[in-house]
Amino acid sequence: MRVFSTIKVALRALLRNTMRSILTALGIIIGVAAVIAMVSIGNGAKSQVEAQVASLGENVITVFPGSFTAGGMRSGWGSASTLTVDDADAIKREVSNVLGVTPEMRDRAQVLANGLNWNTQIMGESPDYPSIRSWPLADGAMFTDQDVRSVAKVAIIGKTVADQLFTDGNVVGQTIRIRNIPFKIVGLLAAKGFNLFGQDQDDTVVIPYTSHMKRVARRPNINSILVQAASAGAIDKVQQDITGLLMQRRKGREQDFTVRNQVELAQAATATSQTMTLLLSAIAGVSLVVGGIGIMNIMLVSVTERTREIGIRLAVGAHGRDVLLQFLIEAVILSSLGGIIGIVLGIGFSELVSMNTGWPILVSPASVVVAVAFSAVVGVFFGFYPARKAAQLDPIEALRYE
Amino acid sequence: MAPVVKIEEIHKIYDSGEIPVHAVRGVSIEIFRGEFVALMGASGSGKSTLMNLLGCLDRPTRGRYLLDGIDVSQLDRNELADIRNQKIGFVFQGFNLLARTTALENTELPMMYGKRHHSSREMRKRALHSLEIVGLANRADHFPNQLSGGQQQRVAIARALANDPEILLADEPTGNLDSKTSVEVMGVFQKLNEQGITIVMVTHELDIARYCKRNLILRDGALVRDEAVRDRLHAAEEMKKLQDAEAAAKLTSA
Repeated sequence: MRVFSTIKVALRALLRNTMRSILTALGIIIGVAAVIAMVSIGNGAKSQVEAQVASLGENVITVFPGSFTAGGMRSGWGSASTLTVDDADAIKREVSNVLGVTPEMRDRAQVLANGLNWNTQIMGESPDYPSIRSWPLADGAMFTDQDVRSVAKVAIIGKTVADQLFTDGNVVGQTIRIRNIPFKIVGLLAAKGFNLFGQDQDDTVVIPYTSHMKRVARRPNINSILVQAASAGAIDKVQQDITGLLMQRRKGREQDFTVRNQVELAQAATATSQTMTLLLSAIAGVSLVVGGIGIMNIMLVSVTERTREIGIRLAVGAHGRDVLLQFLIEAVILSSLGGIIGIVLGIGFSELVSMNTGWPILVSPASVVVAVAFSAVVGVFFGFYPARKAAQLDPIEALRYE
Repeated sequence: MAPVVKIEEIHKIYDSGEIPVHAVRGVSIEIFRGEFVALMGASGSGKSTLMNLLGCLDRPTRGRYLLDGIDVSQLDRNELADIRNQKIGFVFQGFNLLARTTALENTELPMMYGKRHHSSREMRKRALHSLEIVGLANRADHFPNQLSGGQQQRVAIARALANDPEILLADEPTGNLDSKTSVEVMGVFQKLNEQGITIVMVTHELDIARYCKRNLILRDGALVRDEAVRDRLHAAEEMKKLQDAEAAAKLTSA
């Protein structure tokens, strides 16, 4: 085979019509750029969601209270106050493979310090809370079991609250008033950013759950229980054990709680972005196919327009397969070159989007490889028909063609 | 000495239409090395069909064709392509150069499809040599649209010579040229023939045929005359006459 000289011939033919070559490749350029940009932005979104899910803590299982029924009307999960501190204690005592448990109290309240005030989320937690949420302290130390038992007036606060109330940056050791009750700040949580639902996780004050129940919220039931399993593999077993234990404690009554794990949350959160990525990539893929059809179109026109050239080549001794190869190589060069330019443009475009919107982007090497391979395949697929048409021309007819 | 071209009782029948067309009816010709043959006839006489058969662009329906001792009448499409590449040089009426391609690259074309592999330097050297033979080495980098008709036809001749063919086939090579340029191109053919190259050309112009050595006349697909050319024209002399006439015209008008 005279592949090398055929490549040279194909390159010469493309360079003779630079403008048309560029326009022909444009379809592929746009298609590949669109695919790369969509996949990069989609992957970035996915990685961000994954990071947010990870910020919830590792291997965390959440127990929510169940629905409550009033006059035959049943409310949804979480509407009733059916979980107690005893439930949390029982889980800690009886379920194996559990690293930490914290009953959670949540309430919004006005806090005061330094003559400034701020409305924030007051969380009642056990000392396990920072380790369950993988949330280290930037300064100070977590309150202790002793503080829980003594219903101590101690608090650790989030970065946002610290910024709002303590402009001089000196936080630990200061006093903060929650519903006018003074609490001593013993620790400052490290900044964590926004959660999956766009809430500022740093806008919070954490106090012992006993203090929350008796001094702030003044109610006996807790909002939820967080449980940390020892490993990812143990999550399912721990989840079952918790359900079993709590059902046992309810002595045959209807199930009035629900147990969820983080994986389910993550799946729900990533499902939307995955669907969007898939949809946009599919649209981009369609534009790739349209680009391929553009190449076929131009190649067909080119075969007709260059009938005489083909006749001359056949007359001076080119075989059908030399002509086939020439046109096929022309198509593949156009589509591959289009693919490469498309990748560069696609990455550039996603960088631009990222710069303007702050979305993270993640260019996956796999998508680049697939884009190049796919555009070359598009060239072969859509170039083959015109190339075969050229190769099958009769030299006498082709030479006579006007 | 064996003939370069030997066709025996060759027939070509086209039966693609409703009525079969018998374009060539039993022609036998022998052409020896160093001959310069003009193939003549009115349109429809079968001379183009015969030329396509001689050029291995088409296969005869019946009969045998030996080119340089090889029976080419039964070869397939690719084998015919190789024969065309190695043994035949084509010159066409419409020049048929590749547009936007330099004279040099046009001349290199047959070497690209040769069985022997040439390095690009060797191809360039051989193409330049061919262009030198037709006196256009200084125009090697010109595109066809930068050359006159006569120059384009000379590039086509250089291309035909690139693979050292056994025979040069020219189909109305002066058909698109004015009389002076025609003489110039015929001069190139005569020079090549003097160097021993066998040439067969199709023409319907009697005065062009007089530059050749032997005239074959076809009518209705059959060979009706085969004669040597008497009082042959020589391009150099004819060119001188033309130039003298031009000079005279200028003198009288001045």
